[in-house]
Amino acid sequence: MKMRIILHLSQENDASQMVFTKSSPWAFLELHQWSYSTEKGHEQREEPTSWPVSGMGAHRFQGLVPDLVHGTYSFLGEGERRGMVFSVLFFLVRRPLSSPWIFHRLLISPSPLSQSLSLSFQICEELYLLAMEPCCIEPQWPADELLMKYQYISDFFIALAYFSIPLELIYFVKKSAVFPYRWVLVQFGAFIVLCGATHLVSLWTFSMHSRTVAIVMTTAKVLTAVVSCATALMLVHIIPDLLSVKTRELFLKNKAAELDREMGLIRTQEETGRHVRMLTHEIRSTLDRHTILKTTLVELGRTLALEECALWMPTRTGLELQLSYTLRHQNPVGFTVPIQLPVINQVFSTNHAVKISPNCPVARLRPLAGKYMPGEVVAVRVPLLHLSNFQINDWPELSTKRYALMVLMLPSDSARQWHVHELELVEVVADQVAVALSHAAILEESMRARDLLMEQNVALDLARREAETAIRARNDFLAVMNHEMRTPMHAMIALSSLLQETELTPEQRLMLETILKSSNLLATLINDVLDLSRLEDGSLQLDVRTFNLHAIFREVLNLIKPIASVKKLVIALNLAPDLPEYAVGDDKRLMQIILNVVGNAVKFSKQGSISITCFIVKAESLRDLRAPECFPVPGDNHFYLRVQVKDSGSGIHPQDIPKVFTKFTHSQSLAAGNSGGSGLGLAICKRFVNLMEGHIWIESEGHGKGCTAIFVVKLGIPESLHESKLPFVPKMTRNHRQTAFPGLKVLIIDDNGVSKMVNKGLLLHLGCDVTTVSSADECLRSVSQEHKVVFMDVSVPGIDIYEVAFQIREKFTRCRERPFIVALTGNTDRVIKENCSRVGMDGVVLKPVSVDKMRSVILDLLEHGAVFEAH
Amino acid sequence: MDGVAQLKKRLADYTTSLYDEGYLDDQFVQLQQLQDESNPEFVVEVVSLFFQDSQRLLSELAKALEQQSVDFRKVDAYVHQLKGSSSSIGAQRVQRACISFRNYCDDQNIEGCLKCLQQLKNEYSLMKNKLETLFKLEQQLLEAGG
Repeated sequence: MKMRIILHLSQENDASQMVFTKSSPWAFLELHQWSYSTEKGHEQREEPTSWPVSGMGAHRFQGLVPDLVHGTYSFLGEGERRGMVFSVLFFLVRRPLSSPWIFHRLLISPSPLSQSLSLSFQICEELYLLAMEPCCIEPQWPADELLMKYQYISDFFIALAYFSIPLELIYFVKKSAVFPYRWVLVQFGAFIVLCGATHLVSLWTFSMHSRTVAIVMTTAKVLTAVVSCATALMLVHIIPDLLSVKTRELFLKNKAAELDREMGLIRTQEETGRHVRMLTHEIRSTLDRHTILKTTLVELGRTLALEECALWMPTRTGLELQLSYTLRHQNPVGFTVPIQLPVINQVFSTNHAVKISPNCPVARLRPLAGKYMPGEVVAVRVPLLHLSNFQINDWPELSTKRYALMVLMLPSDSARQWHVHELELVEVVADQVAVALSHAAILEESMRARDLLMEQNVALDLARREAETAIRARNDFLAVMNHEMRTPMHAMIALSSLLQETELTPEQRLMLETILKSSNLLATLINDVLDLSRLEDGSLQLDVRTFNLHAIFREVLNLIKPIASVKKLVIALNLAPDLPEYAVGDDKRLMQIILNVVGNAVKFSKQGSISITCFIVKAESLRDLRAPECFPVPGDNHFYLRVQVKDSGSGIHPQDIPKVFTKFTHSQSLAAGNSGGSGLGLAICKRFVNLMEGHIWIESEGHGKGCTAIFVVKLGIPESLHESKLPFVPKMTRNHRQTAFPGLKVLIIDDNGVSKMVNKGLLLHLGCDVTTVSSADECLRSVSQEHKVVFMDVSVPGIDIYEVAFQIREKFTRCRERPFIVALTGNTDRVIKENCSRVGMDGVVLKPVSVDKMRSVILDLLEHGAVFEAH
Repeated sequence: MDGVAQLKKRLADYTTSLYDEGYLDDQFVQLQQLQDESNPEFVVEVVSLFFQDSQRLLSELAKALEQQSVDFRKVDAYVHQLKGSSSSIGAQRVQRACISFRNYCDDQNIEGCLKCLQQLKNEYSLMKNKLETLFKLEQQLLEAGG
């Protein structure tokens, strides 16, 4: 340790002193010449010896003991510094002979700081103290004071700082509630305070100081040492914590930054969502297609602050895209772009929004003004769904292949880019638009369908009314014509029959009979015109009864023979041997059919022969390839009659055959002269044949090859064949057979005197026993078991004939002998017939009643229990 | 003999004309058929009854149509009766007139009804004359021995 030793000469006279600095406790100094003051009366020593001074190291003086006086002094008085113990070792050195005694002193100080000590203490035992200056032999340095002053001042300031820093720390500790190491700070504070105290105390140790100061200094230093050591140890301890704090802080900062980012994302998403909701609301609030699209573009433009927004729709042909709507241009010119461009295919192939180049044709909506940088362009596909797509059970896969293209352009010259959330927004909007468009399309379709339906309804209504009017007109016409036609007919028939009564030659009679037959036939035809209209209504019913089958054919032959002989045609009739003589069916109409067919054969043959073949259809030949619809199933009580009429006439072209059965059509191939008849005949025949559950068809190989007409009808087998019961021939001949009913009790209900009289006369003529009543009560009173038939005139007012019939039935339900009830009416509607049969009447007869009619009615009643004919 | 033949011819012509002109129809023939030995005067009786009946009905009709408020149902009933009678004997024209009368009745057309009534009366009187003439001719023929 270095120290300065300053030895003060305590003598007044000059002194040449030496200053030494020693760094080890043992040192000695060179002796110097000295002189001392004789203040106290210094004694001069007598021994003027001196020892050589050497540098470092300790020398033991030898041999000089009597000259060396050394001792140890503790530091006393002022200038105590930091409680340090100094020991002073001094030597008294005497120069030989000439020089006076030199005192020098060594100071041992463990002080860490080099300080200047000024010591002065009393000399005892004639010792003198010397103040020594450091370093080698140098002259005393009067600049001590300056340095000292600086040191003094620095120490002061240090102390000040040392005291103020803890104050600041205390303030900090007080203010920071979260700082975790407050006690560390406290320690630091204490450490600094003590250091400051130490420095402060050392201010007093520059000069001579008392022991108290030294003690204080020492205490301060000790405390400082303790605290600083403790602090050092603590610091070591808490450094990892502090470091980790730092790490955690960094970590938290990172996390905060991340959360900030995520929040930013969520916010943008939420905003996007809000935009989408608003857009959707706008788009879906209308069902009009144009409004939807316009609104979409406007809203998108607004939300995303676009410069331009355009929609390209596919044209009808599907080969081009046409610019349909834009945001800025109010009336877009019809640009078209072929649909097969690669960029368009790229956009159509994915349902994401795709960034496209601003230079592609769909994005070049305005001519570039040259200067500015066009903004980024994005295109997205909008699927166009059709009504037909929803007919598949699963959701429509995007196999529609019909897309519109929506192009969105950011403002040019802005540095904006398309962000992900904006692209998502665009995609969502495109989907919404697609849905809204499909809704609009569906609505349009349904409106159109409804309009169409309404139109159709109106048209149908009109058609129906027209049809009804037509039917009514036709019915009226038919009714009138019917009547008009019947009148001359009846006149003819009546007069002819009258004529029959007169005297005639056999030829005349024959002619007359033919006339009668023809006129009857004509009457039947007129009836059939009425029938046809009823046939078409489906209200015709066959008059089924037993008749002579062979006779029918004979009649036909008789009728046709004259005409045929005129044309020189040969007619041959072949009846199969197993053909029954009697059959059950509608003979009138069967005759009509045969006549028609044969008549056609005769009409259309200019020469040759006509052959008529009839036989029963056998089970083997059931399946006739030419009549696929006819599946005759023979049974026990019916058989199928097949009639073939073959002629050698002009024939019919196979293609025309189907037309033949259509009424009123006329084949053009017929010669003009032959077209005598209307086309009604075969149509009627076909209908009658169908009613008889049969089939009729024509075979012909072509022109000039003749023609064969074939029909099959179902006829019943009569149950019992009574020889005596002669078959009913239709009104062709009037046979005045004596079929009277003697004693048959009959009751007539009629209030009209004239018709009552007529009917009574009629029945009397037929030999019946007639009772007449004119009211329901009378009837019920007088009806009895004996009466066989009750005739009721429907038009008697005040009588509900149905009620009467019912009551008669009631009266006689117990007995089996109930009279037949027949209604006489001027009007044979099906309704009346149905009502009559409903109440259990046995027949309905149309007025006026002729003798024959009455006769046949009664016969029918007696035979069959019901009246078959209605007129 | 010539007289008889002539008479016969006259009768036949007359009858034919009646039929041709539509005064009579088939029903009359039927009536004539009913006349036989057991019932020799059948036709005359029926026709006389018809005349009586029609007379009565026509006057009833006239009365009914003169009322303040015409009861069309009653009118219809009368006409229906007349129609029935006329059709029973074969008086065709009368019957036709009745039919058209009924139509007007359904329409409740008073003027039409009145017009029809008049027509009916005409037809009826015509009919009556014709039939009376016919009967006279027949009588003559019978007296002449034919």
